[in-house]
Amino acid sequence: MQIRHSLILTGVAAVSAGAASPALAETLDLTVTIPRMSVAEYHSPYVAIWLEKEGAAPRTLSVWYDIDKPKNGGTKWLRDIRLWWRASGRTLQFPADGISGATRAPGTHKLALPAGKLGNGAYTLVVEAARESGGRETVRLPVTVFGGKGSAKAAGTSELGAVALTVKP
Amino acid sequence: MNKIRTSLLVAAAAATLAIPTLASAARMWMLPSETMFAGNGDEWATVDFAISSDLFYFDHPAQPFEPVLFAPDGTQAEVENKAKGRLRTTFDVHLTQKGTYKVAVLTNAVFGSYVLNGEEKRLPRGVTAETLAQAIPAGATDVKTSEMNGRVETFLTAGVPTDTVFKPTGKGLEMVPITHPNDLVSGEAATFQFLLDGKPVANLPVAVIAGGVRYSGALKEISAKTGADGKVTFTLPDSGMYWLNVTTAPPRPAPAAEGAPKGPPPPRPARIDNYVATLEVLGA
Repeated sequence: MQIRHSLILTGVAAVSAGAASPALAETLDLTVTIPRMSVAEYHSPYVAIWLEKEGAAPRTLSVWYDIDKPKNGGTKWLRDIRLWWRASGRTLQFPADGISGATRAPGTHKLALPAGKLGNGAYTLVVEAARESGGRETVRLPVTVFGGKGSAKAAGTSELGAVALTVKP
Repeated sequence: MNKIRTSLLVAAAAATLAIPTLASAARMWMLPSETMFAGNGDEWATVDFAISSDLFYFDHPAQPFEPVLFAPDGTQAEVENKAKGRLRTTFDVHLTQKGTYKVAVLTNAVFGSYVLNGEEKRLPRGVTAETLAQAIPAGATDVKTSEMNGRVETFLTAGVPTDTVFKPTGKGLEMVPITHPNDLVSGEAATFQFLLDGKPVANLPVAVIAGGVRYSGALKEISAKTGADGKVTFTLPDSGMYWLNVTTAPPRPAPAAEGAPKGPPPPRPARIDNYVATLEVLGA
């Protein structure tokens, strides 16, 4: 509960600067597919998920990395999630409450990300994956939010599979 | 004969003092292993320094030089593990602070001649602005000198880019970024301002060349000129390491036609300032 609370506060401050009431917050139901690969050396990718809105600071929702390395060592490679690092990552402190998470294995992952109060308007949800000894790919989902609702779908071709988003009040 | 002697001398001096342009196509550069770091207080970059025709490829003898490291907090820091091989010099930078570091190599050389007892003498190699007075004997007349100042830079950022290291010194040719050099993305415009002795300098040629020339087969060179405010804007099409060069040197004269009488060599400017930076551009 503590974690959810601080994430919502951060989110509201960054994007909508509206009332910090969890009751008015939207949730982003997100499905992210990490493709299975047959390669000699495989490490689960580092993944960043963030929300962009024109005129507002990009807002990081979730980052998957090696959170269990001693001395916070996994953070060293966060800058390899390059677009995210430039857009938002380099301004954050890690580990970050409600944002940091462990890397995930290949497969389809369902997430429910609290997003604070999203006003009506055009947003872009961005998912970027960077894999050690592998490639990097970004999938962008432009979504129009109206009355706290919206949805979008897209798919990557290499480091990410299908990504689907449903915004719900 | 005079022309040959001049060019030989300049080539020799360039080889000794690591001054690019004018004499040869050799380019001076630094190549950092990477430029953007997480900023956890204990990260390392390794940097190569070399002179070459192709970028970034080691094909000339390594030169002695002294890198100066400017830390984000405005102090000077020491580079570590400096070593000189046959074809390159290397050193490491320990990034312990958050923000932007600048590594700079500054060079200075004075070329010229004087007349003593009716005989024209060339200044020896290795003369700098500091040692010039000692290099000219008493009683010398017709002293002609040309000073060359070089500044080679690259930038490393731990965490969020900062601007402390870009405060101009007011000496020589310097770059003031409008777009931070550790915030460059392919396909986005980048703007830099150039100052000569602290003042914006207009109409200087700017060349930006992508690394990997050896394998790309084409020199992907972007040519531009600084505007009235000393600023230049260009868009780098691809990710990669780029070499940027700005110089006050006049363009090289076209070679004389075969059999045409050779005129006297063009007078050397009293001073030439040369700026080089290595920039890393990330893919969108």
